[in-house]
Amino acid sequence: VVPLCLRSMGCRHKNDEHSWDVLSFRRLFFSAAMTVVIGFEGSANKIGIGIIRDGVVLSNPRRTYITPPGQGFMPSDTARHHRAVILTVLKEALEQAGLKPADIDCVAYTKGPGMGAPLVTVALVARTVAQLWGKPLLGVNHCIGHIEMGRLITNANNPTVLYVSGGNTQVIAYSERRYRIFGETIDIAVGNCLDRFARVIKISNDPSPGYNIEQMAKKGSQYVELPYAVKGMDVSFSGILSYIEEAAHKMLSSGQCTAEDLCFSLQETVFSMLVEITERAMAHCGSHEVLIVGGVGCNLRLQEMMGVMCKERGAKLFATDERFCIDNGAMIAQAGWEMFRAGHVTDLEDSWITQRYRTDEVEVTWRD
Amino acid sequence: MTQEKSLAAPHFLSNAVLIKQGAEARVYRTEFLGKPMIVKERFPKRYRHPALDEKLTHRRTVQEVRSILRCRKAGICAPVVYFVDYISHCIFLEEIMSSLTVRDHIASIQQSGSCKEQELEYIADRVGQILATMHDEDVIHGDLTTSNMLLRCGLEDGDMEDMVIIDFGLSYISALPEDKGVDLYVLEKAFLSTHPNTEALFERLLKTYAASSKKSSAVIKKLDEVPQLTLSRN
Ligand SMILES: Nc1ncnc2c1ncn2[C@@H]1O[C@H](COP(=O)(O)OP(=O)(O)O)[C@@H](O)[C@H]1O
Ligand SMILES: [Mg+2]
Repeated sequence: VVPLCLRSMGCRHKNDEHSWDVLSFRRLFFSAAMTVVIGFEGSANKIGIGIIRDGVVLSNPRRTYITPPGQGFMPSDTARHHRAVILTVLKEALEQAGLKPADIDCVAYTKGPGMGAPLVTVALVARTVAQLWGKPLLGVNHCIGHIEMGRLITNANNPTVLYVSGGNTQVIAYSERRYRIFGETIDIAVGNCLDRFARVIKISNDPSPGYNIEQMAKKGSQYVELPYAVKGMDVSFSGILSYIEEAAHKMLSSGQCTAEDLCFSLQETVFSMLVEITERAMAHCGSHEVLIVGGVGCNLRLQEMMGVMCKERGAKLFATDERFCIDNGAMIAQAGWEMFRAGHVTDLEDSWITQRYRTDEVEVTWRD
Repeated sequence: MTQEKSLAAPHFLSNAVLIKQGAEARVYRTEFLGKPMIVKERFPKRYRHPALDEKLTHRRTVQEVRSILRCRKAGICAPVVYFVDYISHCIFLEEIMSSLTVRDHIASIQQSGSCKEQELEYIADRVGQILATMHDEDVIHGDLTTSNMLLRCGLEDGDMEDMVIIDFGLSYISALPEDKGVDLYVLEKAFLSTHPNTEALFERLLKTYAASSKKSSAVIKKLDEVPQLTLSRN
């Protein structure tokens, strides 16, 4: 523990020094020129590379590693998938943007959180191209990427953020230079709960288990009661998952309900929990805006429910579609763009990755 | 009888003033036999399935009343319940006069900047003591935030304010240390995210809790385990 501590303290110190000497130069320089940032994302089963120039998405290609029904994605297989396609995706990103490496100002990559092996793979490529092209590197927090992309696309000003994906479930609000976590799951993420349910009843992973659950849920009608676990602004999904894992096959084989009914009931239950903790955080913070980000956030039923809640309390809902909700490269480019303009860069020797990286660890220097 | 009761809510709400839309209810102010009264209405949440909504709303109204009574019996300050309408899910409560949420109180102390460390410490100690008593009674609050604690102001100068716990909708009865640990964990996260740079203050709150509760050691142990649970699975 001690060497790790020392190391991160040392790196913060060095980063600060580095950012100060280029900061004043950059401020002058940027007042005229545009800033182009390329972002590399691969923390889970998506590999994406996006290019952003001053708030405009120039390109954002992506590939998804899809496993057979009943199977989740393993870190090493996912990393192998990313390695196989990353250079093709990079080529696409540059071609679609109509840019040459020389036009890029900064190379941003996901530092974490996420799965180790895929993170390392993508960081390695980002590091390599940064050195080849002679451009500065920037490690970005994946969650901050989602938030900044959502803010860019929707123009939400200071929203309460619901961040829902396969690996994360958090209710976040900004105050005093940090994205603070007001509520979160105390066990598994909502996307993880949905994915694992899909595996139990062998729903296809193509294009994603969540998408297929959403389509099946539209055909469900019978509401099956499931455990509901809200604890203040926190939620718990492990009880629902173990209940449904245990009961699903029995209920299906006895004809008590259909697979569609189960999808419907699961969505109604877990989304109600998410809307409820978002509302609790809004009441507590006095907020009147909600932004939904993360892969589960493109679910239209979740957006619809959140919209009704917002209407009932005179608030406004902001959401994006699958291009920007689901992990993508542009979100890393956008957070990178904000950070780079605020004077951050990551030195080569500090360009490691980390599987655990909390949203509230990052000092947000680019907002008031 | 139930029909008579269900008429109570419309009658009292007709001349009540909406003062707050809380985390799940609308809170109105009105009068009852000349006394100021709060009406807490759990209105239907149209975003969720009617069956789920009815189940949650009913359960929470019942739990809120039950836990308030249990706390008051144990000497914990909570508003008096005048009556309940289980049809319209309204609870009629004593209004805690000229009160401020602990959230607003801490924020104003922190903003005023002047050295009011003592006042903050008093608040932390009071919360720690009250929660210790509550947990020793096996009441799990379920929604511990600084918005759900009120401070009566306007007492004589120099007098420390009296603290009232409200909003027992997510409460339940349990003797399990892990339930109490999660209760504290929920408070810790809400506290630290709402009030930046109060880690030391929260430590003090926990110390007071530990010193005031008879069964605290198992609870604190569970509290330390919850974040590990979150980290390892997330
Ligand atoms: N008995 C009361 N006296 C004075 N103010 C109250 C009382 N009950 C509630 N309030 C006010 O209304 C707000 C919301 O009430 P609360 O019971 O917490 O409802 P919710 O479950 O919707 O959060 C509280 O934060 C407080 O400001
Ligand atoms: Mg409340």
